[in-house]
Amino acid sequence: MKKETWKELPIGTVNIHAGNSVINLTGTWRSGRRPEFIEKNCIQCFFCWLYCPHFAILVNDGKVTGINYDYCTGCGLCAEECPTKEKAIIMVKEEIKLAEGRKK
Amino acid sequence: MKATKILNGNQTIAEAVRQIDPDVIAAYPITPSTAIVETIASFRADGLITGEFVCPESEHSAMSVCIGAASAGGRVMTATCSQGLALMWEMLYIAAGLRLPIVASIVNRALSAPINIHGDHSDTMGARDSGWIQIYSEDCQEAYDNFIQAFRIGEHSDVLTPVMVGLDGFIISHSSEVVHVEDDAAVKKFIGEFKPPYPLLDTSRKFTVGPIDFTDYYFEHKRSQIAGIENSPRVIEEVGKEFGRTFGRAYGFFEEYRTDDAELCIVVMSSAAGTGKDAVDELRAEGKKIGLLKPRVFRPFPHRQIAEALKSMKAVAVLDRSSAPGAFGAPLFTEVRSALYDYEKRPKLVNYVYGLGGRDIKIEHFKEVARKLEKIAATGKVEEMLGYLNLRE
Repeated sequence: MKKETWKELPIGTVNIHAGNSVINLTGTWRSGRRPEFIEKNCIQCFFCWLYCPHFAILVNDGKVTGINYDYCTGCGLCAEECPTKEKAIIMVKEEIKLAEGRKK
Repeated sequence: MKATKILNGNQTIAEAVRQIDPDVIAAYPITPSTAIVETIASFRADGLITGEFVCPESEHSAMSVCIGAASAGGRVMTATCSQGLALMWEMLYIAAGLRLPIVASIVNRALSAPINIHGDHSDTMGARDSGWIQIYSEDCQEAYDNFIQAFRIGEHSDVLTPVMVGLDGFIISHSSEVVHVEDDAAVKKFIGEFKPPYPLLDTSRKFTVGPIDFTDYYFEHKRSQIAGIENSPRVIEEVGKEFGRTFGRAYGFFEEYRTDDAELCIVVMSSAAGTGKDAVDELRAEGKKIGLLKPRVFRPFPHRQIAEALKSMKAVAVLDRSSAPGAFGAPLFTEVRSALYDYEKRPKLVNYVYGLGGRDIKIEHFKEVARKLEKIAATGKVEEMLGYLNLRE
C-alpha cells in the first residue's frame, strides 16, 4: 500500500480506512506455541471468541469451528478461558517457520 | 443586551462561557481559577447554560473529558492553572495532535516548588511546545475578548488547534475592573457554529480517531499538525479585525505603545504591560525616547512582525515572568532574540526575569530597566544578558 505524504493524510490522525487492521497479520507475532481446537470437547460457550483479543476464533453457522492462524498471536487466553473439563482448546508447540514471513 | 459591568478576571471568563454556552465544560477547581469553575457550575444549576458540566477527579481527567467530548464533535472548554495545567500535560499534547480546538482559560500561576498560588507564567510557558495556540491578556477586558476570539481561531477549518488564553493569577483573576460585556446574541453570532471535520457522533461515516502510529506515519502526522498552527496567524489577524469591527476593540499579534519614534523598548506580556505603559508615560514626560511592545500571541510566535517592530531600536529589554533554568535566556527573550538574528541592523538585547511567584513589578522597576537600556544604547555593550528585577540580591 502506498503511504500518504503528510499533505494527503486526513486531519488529526484520523484513519478513514475502516477495518484496515485486516492487512496486519498478527499471526506473525506467534512464537513457539499455538492453540489447537478439539471439536468433540467444545460446548459452544463462545468464551474463546469473547476473550480472543484478535478476533482469531473462527465461527461458521453460529458455531466455533477453529482458529484463524493468520491473526492468532498464540497468547493462550482462549485455552486458559475454555471452561470444559476436557479442554476444547489446548496450547501446543509450534515450529517457527521464519522463511514464511509476512503475507503481502 | 450589551452592558458595562464591574467584574474580576474569573467572572469575565465565566460570563463569556455563559454567552458561548459550550456543549461540554469539564474542569477541576484550583486556586486562583476556582471561581471560573464555581461560577460556571452555578450558571448550570440556575439553567443559564445548557451544556454538559462535568466535574472530574483531576485536571488530567478534565482534559481527557474535553478530548473525548471534542472528538465526539462538541464545542468544549476548560479552566485551570499552575499544577492543574501541569497535571494535564500529556493530554495537552493529545488534544493538539488530534486537532481538537478545545479552549482553555489559564489563570497564570507559579509552579511548585516552593508551593505558591500567585501569578507568573511558568505554567503556560512550560506548555509552549505542546502544540496549543497561546494568547495572553493584560486585563479583564482582554481576557474576555481573547476568550471569545479563541473559539473562532481554534475552530477555523484551516487551524483546528486548541487555544489557551492566559490571564495573570490574582492580578487579573481577582481584580475587579470595568468590563464591557457584549450582547449575548451578538457573541453567539460572532463565534458561529462549530463544524468538526470528523465528529465521532457522525455514524454515517466509518473512521478511527487516534490510532497508533509507528515509524511509518508518526512523522507525517506531526508535520500535518504543525501546518494547523502555521495557518493560524492569518486567522488570528482576521478574527482580531472582525472583533474590532463588531465590538469596537480590534486585536493583533501585539500592541505597540509609544514606539513610533522610540529608540528604547521594553517587551513585556500580560498585566505588567499596564504598569509598563504608566512607566513609559513618566519616562516620556522626562524626554526619554522609550516605548513598550506587549506580545498578545506567543504561539504561534509572530517573529517577523515583532522583528520588524523592533529592528530600528537601539536597545530592547525583554521581560519574562518565568525562568528557563539553564537555557539561553527566558522563553520570550529567546524568541525575540532569534527573530532579530536575520537583521543586519538590530538592537542590543537584554533579558529580565521578573514577578516570579507573584512578586510585584512597579514603575520604579521599569525605570531601572530604562536606565540600563540608556546605558546599553550609549555604550553599545550589554554587560549582563540576564538580570532579575525586584529580587533581593
